Amino acid sequence: MTRYLATRFAGMVVVMLLVATIVFFITRLAPGDPAAVMLGDQATAADIAKLRASYGLDQPLPVQFAYWLGELAQGNLGQSIFLQRPVSQALLERAEPTFFLTLFSIIIATLIGVPCGIIAAVWRGKTIDQIFSGFAMLGASVPSFWFGLILMQIFAVSLGWFPVAGYGDPGVALTERLHHLVLPSIVLGVVNSALILRFTRASMLDVLSDDYIRTARAKGLSEARVVLRHALGNALIPVITVLGLTFALLIGGAIVTETVFGLPGIGNLVVSAVLRRDYPVIQGALLVIAGLYVLINLLIDLLYLVVDPRVKY
Amino acid sequence: MIAAPPAPASRSPSALLLRKLFRRKLVLAGAVILVVVALLAVFAPLITPYDPMALRILDRMQSPRATHWFGTDELGRDVFSRVVYGARYSLLIGAVVVLISVTGGVLLGLVAGFFRRLDGPIMRVVDAMMSFPDILLAIALVAVLGASITNVILALAIVYTPRVARVVRASTLVVRELLFIEAARAIGISTWRILFIHILQNIASPILVQATFIFAYAILAEAGLSFLGVGVPPQLPTWGTMIASGQQFAHQALWIVIFPGIAIILAALSLQMVGDGFRDLLDPKLRKSM
Repeated sequence: MTRYLATRFAGMVVVMLLVATIVFFITRLAPGDPAAVMLGDQATAADIAKLRASYGLDQPLPVQFAYWLGELAQGNLGQSIFLQRPVSQALLERAEPTFFLTLFSIIIATLIGVPCGIIAAVWRGKTIDQIFSGFAMLGASVPSFWFGLILMQIFAVSLGWFPVAGYGDPGVALTERLHHLVLPSIVLGVVNSALILRFTRASMLDVLSDDYIRTARAKGLSEARVVLRHALGNALIPVITVLGLTFALLIGGAIVTETVFGLPGIGNLVVSAVLRRDYPVIQGALLVIAGLYVLINLLIDLLYLVVDPRVKY
Repeated sequence: MIAAPPAPASRSPSALLLRKLFRRKLVLAGAVILVVVALLAVFAPLITPYDPMALRILDRMQSPRATHWFGTDELGRDVFSRVVYGARYSLLIGAVVVLISVTGGVLLGLVAGFFRRLDGPIMRVVDAMMSFPDILLAIALVAVLGASITNVILALAIVYTPRVARVVRASTLVVRELLFIEAARAIGISTWRILFIHILQNIASPILVQATFIFAYAILAEAGLSFLGVGVPPQLPTWGTMIASGQQFAHQALWIVIFPGIAIILAALSLQMVGDGFRDLLDPKLRKSM
């Protein structure tokens, strides 16, 4: 077990180092001088030289990389050019809406995906299965920004049930801010429930064909008891994996959804940084989000140990 | 006397597979939608009643009617003509992304799956690349490379290559251990020939399935990038740019965003229907449970 943990952790460190390397070199892909690109057309040669020096861009590439890694090891993600403050601070300030949006979306996605997946599997091949499977395929084909725009027109603009956009004025109560998150969370939750539905259905079908389920039925147990008590527990274990995968989808979806609903979250920060060519912010966001993804997937692997006694490392 | 059973018509395995595939209603429906969208894209100049770029300010924001089936946008441009022309860009971008990412992914996956020493390093890089959400990595790449069709294609191809590599590597690991590969080695066939002829032929089906899904993802991602303003230049009529430019007028003229959205859904859905059917057909476990 300790050995497994050590190997798994070492693997995570290697992947994170590679992630950092990729992030570093992505910003160096820019044709021409990154400092000139960041400052735009109006910049003077002196401004460009100053920025180059302050970001160490006048040093050889390996030196720049080593310096950058050293700073990262100390938790320093750099300084935002446009916002004039540390990237880590900018990310933290924007974390709240993204955190709640992701949390609510995954709850909604699970509440839709798991029961529908179970129903589809139990009534395999029936109309209800076809409807839910069709919904899952549709969910994976609907662009979240478009779905968001449509829901916004119906429920915010026409019916006035929810605020059209934004996250409320600074200082308003948390409940008011959460009210702003209802529509965006529904959009992301519904779109991402598709993957969870498909996974639950496949996993449930797998378990329902196991011998112990046949035994349970042979004992004369009711179908509801067989499904809910005997099959469900085992069927849900692989579904945990899909929650890790859904995290990446949700963060990707959050970037677009936050833009649609004008939520001041990390996604909005990234899009603004892209439009302003604020590379340190883009680098920092890429690194933090990829790091979270790697960490969450490690935690999910470890969670298997707790929820499935058959798994031994 | 018992008559001899009729000899089965000689059919190649791929023809039989296709027959089985299109016998599924869902796959057939997906293929029909896809063909219709592709035909619309190819024959766009013949089908569209208006120039998709022509501005008619006096006709702005007209609701759908006989003269403008999908209405007009905020600059009086015909939405139907723009949606049809949009198919050209979206399908073209999706197809080129598939071509590049499948080529790159096949090369990486075959090498990683066949040469044990290279497996670790290649797959760690693939793992690292897959730690980034697709759209975030694409946004970052386009931000750095600059917004243009070529760079959007390049960025999406970089994003999806690791996905293909992972599938190809997994299939290569299985096929590599089969007896016919050992036999090929024993009779002295070169490693490259084994890789690119013998193994590739046997893993073509999962690659094809993955390619259809990547086509769908690429269409969705391109629309997302264009919507965010970091994709294709806004003057080009792609489905994403149409929704982006129409969003601030959506409360007055919802049709400006409705129709390009439906077009994206139809294209992505049809590709997923075909890909899904194909995958189910190839997966014996799933086939049993269908």
